[in-house]
Amino acid sequence: MPIHWDMDDDQEVVREFLVESNENLARLDQDMVALESRPQDGDLLASVFRTIHTIKGTCGFLGFMKLEKISHQAESLLSQLREGKRRLDPAMVSLILETVDATRKVLSSIEANGSEGGESFEGLEERLRQAAEGKGTEDVSCAARNTVASAPAQGEETPKPEDGGSEERPSEATSKPGAAEGNIRVGVGLLDKLMDLVGELVLVRNQILQFTAERDDLTLGGTSQRLNLITTELQEGVMKTRMQPIGVIWNKLPRVVRDLAVGLGKQIRIEMDGAGTELDRTIIEAIKDPLVHLVRNACDHGVERSEIRLQQGKPAQGTLTLRAYHEGGQVNIEIGDDGAGIDAVRVKQKAIEKGILLPEVAQRMNEREAINLIFRPGFTTAGALSNISGRGVGMDVVKTHIEKIGGTVEVSSRVGEGTTVKLKIPLTLAIIPGLVVSSGGERFVIPQVSLLELIHLEGDAGARRIEHVHGTPVYRRRGKLLPIAYLNRVLSLERTARGDAVSIVVLQADDRQYGLVVDGINDTQEIVVKPLGKQLKGLSLYAGATIMGDGRVALILDVHGIGQASGVLGETQEQVRGATAEAELAQQDQQRLLLFRSGAHERIAIPLSLVGRLEEFPRTSIEHAGDTIAVQYRARILPLIVLRELLESAGVEALPDPVPVIVFDDGERQLGLVVDQIVDIAEQTITIRQKAKRGWFLGSAVVNGRVTDFLDVEALLRSAEVGWSQKAHAAGSGKAVLVGDRSAFTRGLMRGALEMSGYAVREAGDLEEAMRRLEEHGADAVLVSENLPPDGAGALTEAMRRRAEWSSIPVMEMTAQGERLVDEGGGGGKNVLSFLDSLSERSGAELVTAAGEGRR
Amino acid sequence: MATERARTHSGATQLSDRFSTFYVDEMFFGIDVLRVQEVLHHQPMTRVPKAPEVIEGLMNLRGQIVMAIDMRRLLLLPKRASGSPPMNVVIRTDAGAMSLLVDEIGDVLELEETAFEPPPVNLEASARKLIRGVFKLEEKLLLVLDPERTIESAIG
Repeated sequence: MPIHWDMDDDQEVVREFLVESNENLARLDQDMVALESRPQDGDLLASVFRTIHTIKGTCGFLGFMKLEKISHQAESLLSQLREGKRRLDPAMVSLILETVDATRKVLSSIEANGSEGGESFEGLEERLRQAAEGKGTEDVSCAARNTVASAPAQGEETPKPEDGGSEERPSEATSKPGAAEGNIRVGVGLLDKLMDLVGELVLVRNQILQFTAERDDLTLGGTSQRLNLITTELQEGVMKTRMQPIGVIWNKLPRVVRDLAVGLGKQIRIEMDGAGTELDRTIIEAIKDPLVHLVRNACDHGVERSEIRLQQGKPAQGTLTLRAYHEGGQVNIEIGDDGAGIDAVRVKQKAIEKGILLPEVAQRMNEREAINLIFRPGFTTAGALSNISGRGVGMDVVKTHIEKIGGTVEVSSRVGEGTTVKLKIPLTLAIIPGLVVSSGGERFVIPQVSLLELIHLEGDAGARRIEHVHGTPVYRRRGKLLPIAYLNRVLSLERTARGDAVSIVVLQADDRQYGLVVDGINDTQEIVVKPLGKQLKGLSLYAGATIMGDGRVALILDVHGIGQASGVLGETQEQVRGATAEAELAQQDQQRLLLFRSGAHERIAIPLSLVGRLEEFPRTSIEHAGDTIAVQYRARILPLIVLRELLESAGVEALPDPVPVIVFDDGERQLGLVVDQIVDIAEQTITIRQKAKRGWFLGSAVVNGRVTDFLDVEALLRSAEVGWSQKAHAAGSGKAVLVGDRSAFTRGLMRGALEMSGYAVREAGDLEEAMRRLEEHGADAVLVSENLPPDGAGALTEAMRRRAEWSSIPVMEMTAQGERLVDEGGGGGKNVLSFLDSLSERSGAELVTAAGEGRR
Repeated sequence: MATERARTHSGATQLSDRFSTFYVDEMFFGIDVLRVQEVLHHQPMTRVPKAPEVIEGLMNLRGQIVMAIDMRRLLLLPKRASGSPPMNVVIRTDAGAMSLLVDEIGDVLELEETAFEPPPVNLEASARKLIRGVFKLEEKLLLVLDPERTIESAIG
């Protein structure tokens, strides 16, 4: 090898060798694992052989004897395989992978101190030799030497024998991906520097364009236009140089999976799709560890053991699927397994055991929320902790890492079918799209990735549409309350917006959303992110700074930090949640409610069970007769009450056309209630906040997170028409009924219905109170629900029967299935019958049944 | 401090130290000339809400974002009269360039070490903690500013 070089050249060659060998070893890992599943693949085997051979050759050339010896033995073994004298088995694969590890060790020693290090690999060499000899009687070393002799010329000025090889054996070259013709290595530092400079250039370009726009100079205009184009192209070009295919980090995963699978006694195969998807190298660097962690998790906890898989009718070999693809300016990376999936129930249990979840909160959690518990710090479902991973241990870290670079993590899982983790990652960190907003006379940039939508409230309606709940500003966004933060207040700036118009930027921070009120929304721009000096690192309000087109600096807001500082995220929120949970425990009920709007009352509710129908009538069809108004409806006259008139003395003229009407119907009589707008039907748990009868309202409660007034329908109907409840009165004829239920709301509802049917009603919230009421007033019948504390109707009946004077009172239990007679009472059969009769009157009976159903 | 001075000596070939000087109110400051990157006229600033008060803001120095510290506020001096914009003394620090806002720029002075003394004990605490010592000049005293301590006390 007629090569002469001085010491510097020598260093350079060794460095080159190190870089190249490390690359080759990475490919070797992959190839070996692939070879294990396709032992007959001649091309693959040739590629493995060639890689080892290259390392061996170069080692000899550079005088690294130890490496040469190891790789020589491995080569011998491989040549046997290649010639078909031996068949590949997992033990051999392990042996060769072990060789790869040993080679790495020596390489890093060479890199660190220029020598091969003191470690001896004689044991490995011996095992390699034995494996090569195995059954074969052929002189292995001779065979190996022959191979060497036939191998391509090597050790040209840059030791890249595989290039030479590909010339001689073009058929093999085709199996080798991306042979590096015309590529040069460039230091990452230089690329970073170039990126910085391009960033500067972009800013200068922006300034020039702004300057040019103010002038009327054709030449200048033309030149700056060219500058613009060239800069954009340069920017794209330089960005591309920093892009790396995600395959760079995926390469080592087959090896990781294989080792894990062997260690765990499982069979796992890895499939990769979209390895060529490119990302900025800083991002590649940042997602490397989270990705490996997710893969380990999937192997350890996702994929089941073969025997279990077979039992469940799955193939013995589990499959791990990695997918990467571009979508909307982002890169999505999916890590999926076809394993056991995440059992939401178990996750909840574990979370409760770990004390990170209250049982009552768990009850209300849906499956998705439950699965997301795995991202809570300190969470794991691993029954037995393995040394490889515990699913969940570190999932919070994965999430933190991904979010730090502006990405998101989503998990979807089906029990028995598998789990998929989806990472959404921005393409680059250096230049991001951002929304420029202003507040207090300053400009700020909000990263587009956190942006959900913009809301602009015009006119004096603007400020009023932001409401306050316990002093906390909120905005009703499509029926949901959005917590609001004011940017100028968070930053202690003067508000500069004039008038009542309000601009809200809806932001996503973690899994929460909030609205940020700003003075003005300017435009979106590509901005070059510059880190803030470490002096300002303590300020979590800012994610960095950028230079705007006019050369001024603008701060980039940290959406999470702003949210926390303003209290719309973080602990305050948790506390509120906790308090709500308690309150709900104390008094919970379920109702189907009709929600509507009338005048100043944004949300009014009535039990849906009271509603006959919902109708709309054209305004022209409304007829006036004396003081009352009515419409013809199904060949009858439907008297109307305008709720707004009743509540705030506003005329019917202001009503919309057609007029929304809620029709009450007791089978014989009908009444229409005119409202402004039917809003919604809510079917969920509600919490009575305030049970205070005022005017036409029974009280208010929180429905779907918003305060809602409950209309006293019974009072309303009574006021409307004398005859309405007279019939019912006749039926009930003033008999006294004791209503027992834990919930004041249900009691109120029952009271309404029974009073309408002519009963006098007493209420009791628990057994003790029921006894007291009976003592005070007595009762003709007792209507009690199954959730009367402590023990429902049974306990009450028993207690009543101990007193002679109460033994004749019939007790009826309301259950989810409807009412049920518990005890007829001694000789009181007649009472019961009349009681049932009265309940079979339409409105009453329906109500009772509905109340029973509602509590389910 | 000894190593700091040694570094200065090896950097500058002369035996004496050279200092960029500037005024803040009545005070006359000097800073090791090798630590001064440049001196600039007043620059447009971007306020940093919620940052410590002494941080006047951020400015764009040829694409580099530089934080500016108001020396008057740092020294607890009265506000600068309006109409007399401050000057920027941009210094090099471990954390990148940083600008000190001062009233007026003085000459670069070459000073003999024999004229150097530690800070007088009766110097106001707000100033004393920032300075390394004092050069006795003929008609006035030059307070030698310690860049690290200045920044540290500005940011806390």
